Amino acid sequence: MPDAASTFATQVDIYYYFLIAVTLFFTFAISAALIFLASKYRRRSQLDRPQEVHGNNMLEITWTIIPLILSLVMFFWGAHLYFIYAKSPSDAMEILVTGKQWMWKIQHPNGNREINELHVPLGQPIKLTMTSEDVIHSFFIPAFRIKTDVVPGRYTATWFTPTKTGKYHLFCAEYCGTKHSEMTGSVYVVHPADYETWLSGGGKKESPIDTGKRLFTELGCVTCHHPNSGARGPDLTDIFQHKQLLQNGKEILVDENYLRESILNPQKQIVLGYQPIMPTFKGIVSETQLMQMIAYIKAISQKPEIKDQESDISNLKIEDNQKLPLPLGEDKR
Amino acid sequence: MTEQKHYINAETTVKSWLLTVDHKRIAILYLLSVVGFFILGGTAAILFRLDLMTPQGDLLAHETYNKMFTMHGVMMVFFFLVPVVPAVLGNFLVPIMIGARDVAFPRLNLASWYIFITGGLFALAALVLGGVDTGWTFYTPYSSTYANSNVILTGLGVFVAGFASILTGVNFIVTIHKMRAPGMTWFRLPLFIWAQYATSIIMVLGTPVIAITLLLLVLERAFHIGIFDPALGGDPVLFQHLFWFYSHPAVYIMILPGFGIISELIACFSRKNVFGYSFVAFSSLAIAIIGFFVWGHHMFITSQSIYAGLIFSILSFIIAVPTAVKIFNWTATLYKGSVEFRTPMIYALGFIGLFLVGGLTGLFLSSMGLDVHLHDTYFVVAHFHYVMVGGMVMAFLGGLHFWWPKMFGRTYNQGCAVFTAIVIFIGFNLTFFPQFIVGYLGMPRRYHVYPEEFQIFHILSTGGASVLGFGYLLMFCYLPYSLIKGKKATANPWPATGLEWEQTTSPPPTLNFIHDPVVTEEAYAYAKKNEEFYRQAIPAESKDV
Repeated sequence: MPDAASTFATQVDIYYYFLIAVTLFFTFAISAALIFLASKYRRRSQLDRPQEVHGNNMLEITWTIIPLILSLVMFFWGAHLYFIYAKSPSDAMEILVTGKQWMWKIQHPNGNREINELHVPLGQPIKLTMTSEDVIHSFFIPAFRIKTDVVPGRYTATWFTPTKTGKYHLFCAEYCGTKHSEMTGSVYVVHPADYETWLSGGGKKESPIDTGKRLFTELGCVTCHHPNSGARGPDLTDIFQHKQLLQNGKEILVDENYLRESILNPQKQIVLGYQPIMPTFKGIVSETQLMQMIAYIKAISQKPEIKDQESDISNLKIEDNQKLPLPLGEDKR
Repeated sequence: MTEQKHYINAETTVKSWLLTVDHKRIAILYLLSVVGFFILGGTAAILFRLDLMTPQGDLLAHETYNKMFTMHGVMMVFFFLVPVVPAVLGNFLVPIMIGARDVAFPRLNLASWYIFITGGLFALAALVLGGVDTGWTFYTPYSSTYANSNVILTGLGVFVAGFASILTGVNFIVTIHKMRAPGMTWFRLPLFIWAQYATSIIMVLGTPVIAITLLLLVLERAFHIGIFDPALGGDPVLFQHLFWFYSHPAVYIMILPGFGIISELIACFSRKNVFGYSFVAFSSLAIAIIGFFVWGHHMFITSQSIYAGLIFSILSFIIAVPTAVKIFNWTATLYKGSVEFRTPMIYALGFIGLFLVGGLTGLFLSSMGLDVHLHDTYFVVAHFHYVMVGGMVMAFLGGLHFWWPKMFGRTYNQGCAVFTAIVIFIGFNLTFFPQFIVGYLGMPRRYHVYPEEFQIFHILSTGGASVLGFGYLLMFCYLPYSLIKGKKATANPWPATGLEWEQTTSPPPTLNFIHDPVVTEEAYAYAKKNEEFYRQAIPAESKDV
């Protein structure tokens, strides 16, 4: 058995043992039946002529129903596990992951960055929001039994709660080209105090939310997206995870992928009551910057304290919006 | 006494083979071609298996390694496993088993072989020009934008070869519907025919989808039309949906004909009618139909909607049921039979054991919560090799040894054949069983370099692959040898029921039968045969069979 170092890993392992038991049972039962029947009824003479045995409907029904019930048990249990995997807890700490050929770029909430390494505090639920700059990758930590594809052009997420300190493998599991097998790294699960120490190391840094806030001003988003009435763009406070009515009559739940789409293809899904005048930011912002901007928009929706204390859009200076630093290439490697 | 005329010696020029419309000769052409592709795919496997002996992968460069596993997959899936039973054994046997003189469209049949070879030449050209490194799954946008290898040529190769599949499928469907001999009702058909029929349906309905998908890929790569690459406005996951819409049913193209063979072998070597004939027959159709709605189980972790995932998962569990029904019925067929362990039967029993493991481990992967961990690891590699090699290849070899005397009119050395079957069984398990373990430990597939703690499993695997390779080599010795030195085969050496055994010679004449057969009894009517029938058997202790 591999290390089981997350809450999910333990749950998956129990299910795995159950399936192993079913597999062993059927493999041995059928093999034993084959060996028994083949030896009991082995050919005695070249002229053996066995009696015809016709099918037996009761038997057929029995061996249809039993596997069916067993399958359904496996299905529901497996689906139950998947629901746990798919829904991150609300108190999870969000870490941003960007995959590219052939490395993992990671940014922590306080702004700490690392490459091919991931430090996480023991016992803290962690949510990873991930995207790719090029091809499809897959973020795989065997010790946590989690794996999620990292797809260009959209966000995917996964989560875990580490339960054992140590160093674990991080793999790219989706074939991504020449050095696919070197797109690997290590996950370090450390005590929360050690995590804090690790966070405080390194030079000057800016949290993704702060970077997002700065970009929000520098790129001029704030010119149109402010809460004053008569603004040219929708107010972005309190929109994340809320429903928005679109011009085409549809209703949409604002999530990371919608925000991303609205920044890159603003004409595509216009909110009811606004004009399609927003320019695209495709090619202007990098994948990492996009994530940071979205982190900021999420922050001003989700956590009122951030909004009140420091990030209220209305406090931002509108005069700053003239300088558009083009292109913003700080994350290009 | 002049030598009896049959399809092999009817004409002997090369031209007579290349322009033949005889389904039996076309089957032989296909046999030679797929064996050629098997050798290519196998050589690639030998190279990367040797390379994987060390964690650093000392033998090959990264790119070479990637090209080798891609070639292995492309050759084995599209140019070996898909055509091997339908186009070889199916082509040879479908008309004879139903009492027809040929398939419905003999010229189309020959055309399909030329199309197949053309597709194969495209793939070979891609190989000679430097290979392709996308994996046989061609996932976008890697394949469409980022790969620097011969994706277009390979894609076109698979595209072209797909038409051969479609033609074979159409030909079989029409042949089975329209050309059955008088008295050959649907429920008197051998189960091999039912399996071929179900397979043909998938070939006809599924293959166009992969063809068009690969064409879209080629369009995007060549002309930058945005279909799959998000940078061009496309959707990379769309490719996976389209790809698996064919490629999962294709798994059943690769295994259903194997099921058909196993039914024939089990019946013959236990001298029994197949238990629950209609359940076995309809389970093939059920698998063919449900098989079209499970493709999403390849995408549980690819940002597919949870609710779509639920449907794909439950259907993947449900499709296990008809498969289990088959296994139970084969086992029950032995009951009160007269079981004899000849080479084909050893393959058939080996098939049941290995396919059982392959099928049951499939449940691990249909399960959403567990697939999260197992997806794209060696567990998946082990699972589908148990199904494809442990299942289909074992079934094919069983069928080949069963019908060999019929196809070529010669017998092979029984001792060699039994020994080889056992070597292959052991080699196979030694190769792939360790991969289940290393997969659960977290070893991702398609890795050239890997952490040291996984090395022991790779050494076992490579050791097993050597034994497996040795087994195949033995076969490449004694089977061709039998063609030259083997004793002449009688018409029905096992003896077995079925028109191909009871109503024609070994090998059959060009038009299959001297007198057109009329069918008066069910398939596998072993209990109704007289003593004379059973006296035809070559005794078990004879050197050749």
